[in-house]
Amino acid sequence: MQKKTLLATLLLLAPTLSLSQELKTADEYRAALQDKFANPGNLVVDRGEQLFKEKRGPKNTSLEKCDFGKGPGVLKGAFAELPRYFKDTDKVEDLESRIMTCMVKLQGFTPEEIKKKLFADQRANEQNTDLEAIAAYISVQSDGMKLNPPMKHPKEKEMRAVGEALFHTRMGPMDFSCATCHGQDGKRIRLQELGNYHNKADAQRTMKTWPTYRVSHGVVRNMQHRIWDCMWQMRLPDVDYASPATVALISYLTDQGRGAVLDIPGIKR
Amino acid sequence: MKTIKLATLTAALVATGLAHAADKAAPRPDPKIQALVAKYIEASFLPGEGQDLSRLKQDETLQACNLYRDNPPEKIAAEINAREKATIKYPADGKLMGDWKNGEKLFAAGFGMRIGRIEPDKPERQKGGNGGNCYACHGADPKEVAFGTIGPSLMHYGKLRGAGEDIVKYTYEKIYNPQAYSACSQMPRIGYHGILRPEQIADIVAYLVSPESPVNK
Ligand code: HEC
Ligand code: HEC
Repeated sequence: MQKKTLLATLLLLAPTLSLSQELKTADEYRAALQDKFANPGNLVVDRGEQLFKEKRGPKNTSLEKCDFGKGPGVLKGAFAELPRYFKDTDKVEDLESRIMTCMVKLQGFTPEEIKKKLFADQRANEQNTDLEAIAAYISVQSDGMKLNPPMKHPKEKEMRAVGEALFHTRMGPMDFSCATCHGQDGKRIRLQELGNYHNKADAQRTMKTWPTYRVSHGVVRNMQHRIWDCMWQMRLPDVDYASPATVALISYLTDQGRGAVLDIPGIKR
Repeated sequence: MKTIKLATLTAALVATGLAHAADKAAPRPDPKIQALVAKYIEASFLPGEGQDLSRLKQDETLQACNLYRDNPPEKIAAEINAREKATIKYPADGKLMGDWKNGEKLFAAGFGMRIGRIEPDKPERQKGGNGGNCYACHGADPKEVAFGTIGPSLMHYGKLRGAGEDIVKYTYEKIYNPQAYSACSQMPRIGYHGILRPEQIADIVAYLVSPESPVNK
């Protein structure tokens, strides 16, 4: 028990550690992966649960009746089967898009209000935003389950195909596409290892660990943030949250990672 | 002698060209999907202050690279080479070998040019204070360990190839616009996009080629 507390403290302190110290504790991070209690992301998950159940917004309702694809209020296994097509919006939605849909429809928030602050700013040591915390809570209800996004509806197939093409679309002043950095085996950028998402094994290794506690940010990040981050590195303008391009890329990556057993919240650099 | 060197160089280029033909088996997207890609891009990025939607426009070369997933047929590859070669500009004084010490700094410095409202670079960085960030993809100085591997190692570049006029010219042009030599190269068109100025590229050439540079020790 004491070891767990120690690890949790270590991980919470980690954002302030130097790179070399960070590398020294890499084994401890790995140990923490095995040891779910030690992941500081659990605190965010707990906060997400409260926010999910709390009556909020102009309509003063909770999100408990939100349908994530397996019926209103069913959370178990829902994240493992996202993105998927939803009849009510006639759209393919990923987890974050769907939460936003329910925040608008059930709770009466406007998209503008929700989008005011999507990501915690790690430079200001902010804690996770409400939306990030809610996403962490819902996703963890699929921990231990296999990624299995439905691919029957024509719009689901189309979303995945557009995502694959987008993955190979070079843009911006660096001429980068996702495939520049994630299209070959065993490559690194500086010292950071890059997954090759043409390969199932690499895609599974990545997709089973998101949402993830990012030690360097001190918060739990979701896939919407990761895609924004990589597009920012591509020197593109900010990609909009839950926009068609992000959902398409997430559809492609999740389909590539199909079959991976979710181990979330993950923990990484 | 010179011609032999160039021949070896060409052979090496062809080999690297083939090496990143990793996507050979990848299916070419159908036109309906390609049309949706354009539509999604248009709908997905934020406009307004601090953004720059013009960065989403793909020029003719990128359009071809995207269509063929960076594996264009020979004829189109030749068109790309010619078009990109024509974009190359040289330093006003004509010197393609500059100051290797400044080249060393530029080779290591990370890029600027990050925009958006969430985490933009400081304004002075956005106005031309860019690095080359070459270490993101290439090894060079044997003492530097934090290098990426998307590009080939450039360690002992000048030692292996010499510092002849043809090598200097090739190196300058390659950095200015890699697609002048290999169509759809994964390397950014650093001069073409104005990330570095011609004089700065000449400094990097010196860093790679000159015998005094740590790259060749
Ligand atoms: C210039 C290089 C570069 C480009 C282009 C790029 N990425 Fe990344 N990507 C990275 C780096 C670096 C990391 C972080 C690796 C680390 O933290 O160890 C990363 C991480 C990721 C991860 C998480 C990996 C994991 O295992 O947790 C995903 C998913 C991802 N990128 C998807 C994309 C997508 C989709 C695109 C295109 C929209 C893209 N990337 C474009 C460099 C890039
Ligand atoms: C995103 C990755 C990337 C970046 C950044 C990058 N390169 Fe490259 N570079 C490559 C790749 C891939 C190749 C091999 C394919 C080719 O020849 O175009 C290459 C090839 C080269 C070559 C030719 C090597 C040969 O054997 O003839 C030189 C010289 C070079 N790069 C220099 C640079 C310099 C200098 C910079 C920075 C100013 C730089 N590169 C930035 C990826 C990159």
